[in-house]
Amino acid sequence: MARAVTTRRKALNTAIAWAIGLLIFFPILWIIIMSFKSEGDAIKAPLDVLTSAWTFENYGVVQERSNYSRHFFNSVLLAFGSTLLGLIVAVPAAWAMAFVPSKRTKDILLWMLSTKMLPAVGVLYPIYLLFIQLGLLDSRAGLVIVLMLINLPIIVWMLYTYFREIPGEILEAARMDGANLRKEILYVLTPMAIPGMASTVLLNIILAWNEAFWTLNLTAAKAAPLTAFIASYSSPEGLFYAKLSAASVMAIAPILVMGWFSQKQLVRGLTFGAVK
Amino acid sequence: MATQHSRSAARLMMAPAVVLLLGWMLIPLSMTVFFSFKKFLPMRGDSMANGLDWVGFDNYARFISSSAFWPSVQATLVLVGGVLLVTIVLGVALAMLLDQPMWGQGVVRILVIAPFFVMPTVSALVWKNLFMDPVNGFFAHVWRSVGATPIEWLSQASLPSLVLIVSWQWLPFATLILLTAFQSLDQEQLEAAEMDGARWPQRFVFIVLPHLSRAITVVLLIQTIFLLSIFAEIFVTTQGSFGTKTLTYLIYQRVLESQNVGLGSAGGVYAIILANIVAIFLMRIVGKNLDA
Amino acid sequence: MGQIQLNQVSKSFGKVEVIPPLDLTIEDGEFVVFVGPSGCGKSTLLRLIAGLEDVSGGHVLIDGRDATETVPARRGLAMVFQSYALYPHMSVRKNIAFPLRMAGMDKAEQDRRVENAASVLNLTDYLDRRPGQLSGGQRQRVAIGRAIVREPAAFLFDEPLSNLDAALRVGMRLEISELHKRLKTTMIYVTHDQVEAMTMADKIVVLQAGVIEQVGSPLELYQRPRNVFVAGFIGSPKMNLISGAEAAKHDAATIGIRPEHIEISQSEGTWKGTVGVSEHLGSDTFFHVQCNASSEPITVRATGELALHYGAEVWLTPRPEHLHRFDDKGLRIA
Repeated sequence: MARAVTTRRKALNTAIAWAIGLLIFFPILWIIIMSFKSEGDAIKAPLDVLTSAWTFENYGVVQERSNYSRHFFNSVLLAFGSTLLGLIVAVPAAWAMAFVPSKRTKDILLWMLSTKMLPAVGVLYPIYLLFIQLGLLDSRAGLVIVLMLINLPIIVWMLYTYFREIPGEILEAARMDGANLRKEILYVLTPMAIPGMASTVLLNIILAWNEAFWTLNLTAAKAAPLTAFIASYSSPEGLFYAKLSAASVMAIAPILVMGWFSQKQLVRGLTFGAVK
Repeated sequence: MATQHSRSAARLMMAPAVVLLLGWMLIPLSMTVFFSFKKFLPMRGDSMANGLDWVGFDNYARFISSSAFWPSVQATLVLVGGVLLVTIVLGVALAMLLDQPMWGQGVVRILVIAPFFVMPTVSALVWKNLFMDPVNGFFAHVWRSVGATPIEWLSQASLPSLVLIVSWQWLPFATLILLTAFQSLDQEQLEAAEMDGARWPQRFVFIVLPHLSRAITVVLLIQTIFLLSIFAEIFVTTQGSFGTKTLTYLIYQRVLESQNVGLGSAGGVYAIILANIVAIFLMRIVGKNLDA
Repeated sequence: MGQIQLNQVSKSFGKVEVIPPLDLTIEDGEFVVFVGPSGCGKSTLLRLIAGLEDVSGGHVLIDGRDATETVPARRGLAMVFQSYALYPHMSVRKNIAFPLRMAGMDKAEQDRRVENAASVLNLTDYLDRRPGQLSGGQRQRVAIGRAIVREPAAFLFDEPLSNLDAALRVGMRLEISELHKRLKTTMIYVTHDQVEAMTMADKIVVLQAGVIEQVGSPLELYQRPRNVFVAGFIGSPKMNLISGAEAAKHDAATIGIRPEHIEISQSEGTWKGTVGVSEHLGSDTFFHVQCNASSEPITVRATGELALHYGAEVWLTPRPEHLHRFDDKGLRIA
């Protein structure tokens, strides 16, 4: 039983929590505000920034000057492509582990997770070399494969935990009710697995979208997703705060929205079930 | 239920994932180990085709004895340790706060979690320019408004600045996990302790902290693994200057910037061993949970 | 029709033999209860009949036909699971119709049967809800509904009442018994609760460690338990089992006497003892009496209210015609 608290206590909690929440969120809020200011206004003192005129021009300029949409498209392709590819490989594996477990299932699973812990920089040169040899450097195909591989353990893991939550008795009930394997998968298993698969997809799109080691090191101009494109702003050319902000807002907005829907999955996916 | 037939089918279904990950792990890993025992300077004409000179453990010795090594270890420790300290202490406090009854809890949660979804390059760049720039940054304006001289954050206080940026990104993760752990705390246990005469600080020390200990350990281990390979934040802000060259960044520079592949690979092997030590502890906890 | 015959059926998991070869015949229309302590193999036996587990040896015959190699779906049996195993993403209507849909029955007939089952089970108002919105008892009924629409050769119940609270359990027990009387279909029911077994069964199969200890009607088991295990398992409160010198007087290794077959008196009797805890149920009173004759307290059932204080001195007299005698192997001495 949650204990009832006084209204005063609740008001105090609310005030403190909102203050801290806004403080943590402030940098993001500030980017959003800056993105609607002119470059001249953006470098003024904070209070002057707030009172200055609002404008949409930055969003147009970012697109015109730097071919923003190409990088956005690259990000979308990498995130969705690697997740889809990962799903194709992971679904059968997770299925087998969850429904036909053997003595080695646990070891295989743990080993898969441990590959996620391999520091990327340790294998940077071999991958770089292989990419050159195979002509994959600065190619979307190459990055889709790498992103798929680095997130594959998490996809397998999450699907495994979701599949395992489907009670065995339900599948047995379906069998008793006369469903063959095909119908069992079609009418019982898939509908029950879809929420878990959706969560997995969501989290992996987020992880792939924000990946910033391989995307920075294996792309130049052509295949660069938003992570790499934004990094190119690090060498400033005159006044660029507002444009940087506009580009940033566009880069984080879609994933921020997705992220808010995936809080629960985040805990499950990134702690490997060690926290419940 | 499991028949012979379904077993072989299961093996077949796992095969693609296992083979891919095995390849992804073994091929580059063995190449790194191979390079680490070789003199390999592509800029000076060394190549696989011409054959590489075997140098034994030379690279390993030189990597450790180079003047950049110990400072990089120090930078790594400060960065990882600093971020862990900040995120766990604040994470526990924040999780405790968010677990209290309040109005608009959902919205506050969203506000707190948001930074985790900001891509590393964006957050690094925004902090560097919009906030920490010594002339036009937000902090500079604030400092000037109270008559102080603005700090050159990323050169004068480079490591603390990086700790701040990275902590901002990872605090949501720690908070979210600790909040999950808080919510699984049995309220009756707390009430029993209250009946037994434990005051709030005692309840926190004897009931709450032990309950959180596992979650804290997990946050510690997982964050350590991710923080050890922090890259984009340094790449975008300081490029490794002003004492921010961590082990990961040092290896990156050896391999790709100065193209001393042999030396960098030896460093890579060190990094892999280091990460594995942490990973073993994490995998133990995960493994135990799998049995339960 | 639903006659089920097990011939030398056995089951091993790896090297562990959980059910040694056993024979059992369940007649058409019988209500058979498998009862035994947890881990005795009763659920495994049920699952062997269902086809959810492969037998390690022997044959399962349904209506005289060998069904050992037949997949569960083709055996014509319906099962009600302990967790009910309802499909959470389907409405009650779809849950109940699922086996019919799998059988490819036409829609009109499906609807007719579902409506029919729903009215029998008082589920008509809930047909469009999801299982998650139902109470435990309602879920139980949906699971039964899903079983009866198929008009199976036999129903299999795997501890179906163990997730319900006590009051609901008694109600559902009656409902299932009534269903059996009306449908006259073979039912096999697994439980660890001997009260369920006694109240519902035509025939009880007592299992221990995969071995059938005794098969018989509830009264047979009550009156003539074949061994010490059955004697102690069937009946509530438990039969008093006494070994040692007192048993030797009756030429047995162990003697048993049920609490309801002991006279209690304040003046005279066979065994002298002191009253310990008494439990007053209104209709009956249970006394736990410490006697020299037995190392354990002896439970005595007295009808109605009998006022005996803690520590009071009493005399107990077992009725000789109800004394059970067992030899040193635990078997009944005729």
